[in-house]
Amino acid sequence: MRMEQMYQEVILDHYKHPHHRGLREPFAAQVHHVNPTCGDEVTLRVALSADGETVTDISYDGQGCSISQASTSVLTDQVIGQSVGDALKTVAAFTEMISSRGNIEGDEDVLGDGIAFAGVAKYPARVKCALLGWMAFKAALAEARPMGEGLSDDGQEQR
Amino acid sequence: MTASVELDLTRIRADFPILSRVMRGGNQLAYLDSGATSQKPLAVLDAEREFLTTSNGAVHRGAHQLMEESTDAYEQGRADIAAFVGADDDELVFTKNATESLNLVSYVLGDNRFDRAVGPGDVIVTTELEHHANLIPWQELARRTGAELRWYPVTDDGRIDLDSLVLDERVKVVAFTHHSNVTGAIAPVAELVSRARAVGALTVLDACQSVPHQPIDFHALGVDFAAFSGHKMLGPTGIGVLYGRRELLGALPPFLTGGSMIETVTMERATYAPAPQRFEAGTPMTSQVVGLAAAARYLRGIGMDAVESHEAELVAATLQGLMGIPQVRIIGPTGTELRGSPVSFVLDGVHAHDVGQVLDDEGIAVRVGHHCAAPLHRRFGIAATARASFAVYNTLDEVDRLIAGVKRAVEFFA
Repeated sequence: MRMEQMYQEVILDHYKHPHHRGLREPFAAQVHHVNPTCGDEVTLRVALSADGETVTDISYDGQGCSISQASTSVLTDQVIGQSVGDALKTVAAFTEMISSRGNIEGDEDVLGDGIAFAGVAKYPARVKCALLGWMAFKAALAEARPMGEGLSDDGQEQR
Repeated sequence: MTASVELDLTRIRADFPILSRVMRGGNQLAYLDSGATSQKPLAVLDAEREFLTTSNGAVHRGAHQLMEESTDAYEQGRADIAAFVGADDDELVFTKNATESLNLVSYVLGDNRFDRAVGPGDVIVTTELEHHANLIPWQELARRTGAELRWYPVTDDGRIDLDSLVLDERVKVVAFTHHSNVTGAIAPVAELVSRARAVGALTVLDACQSVPHQPIDFHALGVDFAAFSGHKMLGPTGIGVLYGRRELLGALPPFLTGGSMIETVTMERATYAPAPQRFEAGTPMTSQVVGLAAAARYLRGIGMDAVESHEAELVAATLQGLMGIPQVRIIGPTGTELRGSPVSFVLDGVHAHDVGQVLDDEGIAVRVGHHCAAPLHRRFGIAATARASFAVYNTLDEVDRLIAGVKRAVEFFA
């Protein structure tokens, strides 16, 4: 059944038991992103190491569907502790997979539980849900490192 | 309400081929999203095709036979649609959609060539129930003119709270929706019109969700302006209607300007054609008007009383079925009195998007989100609802499938 392909067990687990949820101090930047078509929203904070090169924490709060909430939870699992460069590569890989209409299945070594969202890519209406937290993270990072290198290395447009 | 009139639903459904489509989950389509856009019967598609293959020409221009036939078809369309909503022919203006209709009124009401124009210190009144299309144009009018925007809040069951606001002489416009596109509440039009008139204010009715679902007579309702769209009433997209009382349309300056809406033009200035042409600048939507007129005749053929009572039966069954599910909270009146088609709800523990996804898997199309009424959702402390909305072609069997699908969503996310 198609629906079970989309709502993989791992997605439902992240939805029911989100990781790293809640807003924490300290943080280098905070953003608030909404999905204007459905009203879902996330407030997301990013904390960086003293040298600004490592993502030391991502904390968030918001409301939204299972897909947006679970994908934000997966984001924090994958990216906290990564260097800024690696974090941006992870974001780029997730964005590529989720925007592929199901043609790219995703690399588990890069995306971890994120590969469970490959099925979501087949539903264009849900792609924005899956990207809500990830785009918020990217924006927060850009705000925390206004002159930061690597922000456009992934070929993505800057804000 | 009179006893339900038995419709020949098999025959009606045969007019809408899309309704037999089998969807990606392997189930037949149950289309419960007519509040967003309705499906179109063959009669509408055939009318457009017939027009385009025999009579297509530029309306109101030139002197050849096709131009005459096109103009006749366009103006006959206006007459048929006017008759359908209880208006005179010259009181209907064609626009590209209801949103444009509401923008048109909001612009011309702020034009100081109109002797009752909205200005600084005046008040524009709307309601917390409104679709963004009947809110933002008024916010913008207030911004342009220095007027103040006020609104009737809504009650806990999703109706206009009439006790919440007292109108005074400063109020120049009262704009409100006939049937809420979220809660389904039907506004007390007569009461609101009488209150507006008592202070000399003009009324603007958003009739998008009422015209397709009940008999409408704008003259009897007594509103000054009304807007509705073609695509929600079995007609084409790209066509909307603005109704305006004859005296008012006659006194108002134009909104969009250019060809077709003029009388005489020099390099310095122009004078304008009488209404409704004054408000129809540029080449009009000819085949869309022909299609919309066919939709009006189609609904008229069934009978709007019959449409209304059939949909009331569907709404009653939906409310009853949904309220039998403990996790459901209806956003809107839970009774059938003064209630139209949309039934919006939230499910404890399941986001509206996820409800919509489970239903989609069953072939059931509902709307999820804020339905272009974000302030109303905020009022109820929610970001999104799932909404089932009906049209004449829906069946009780489809309502049963909806209820079963919602139960499946509850189980799936439990």
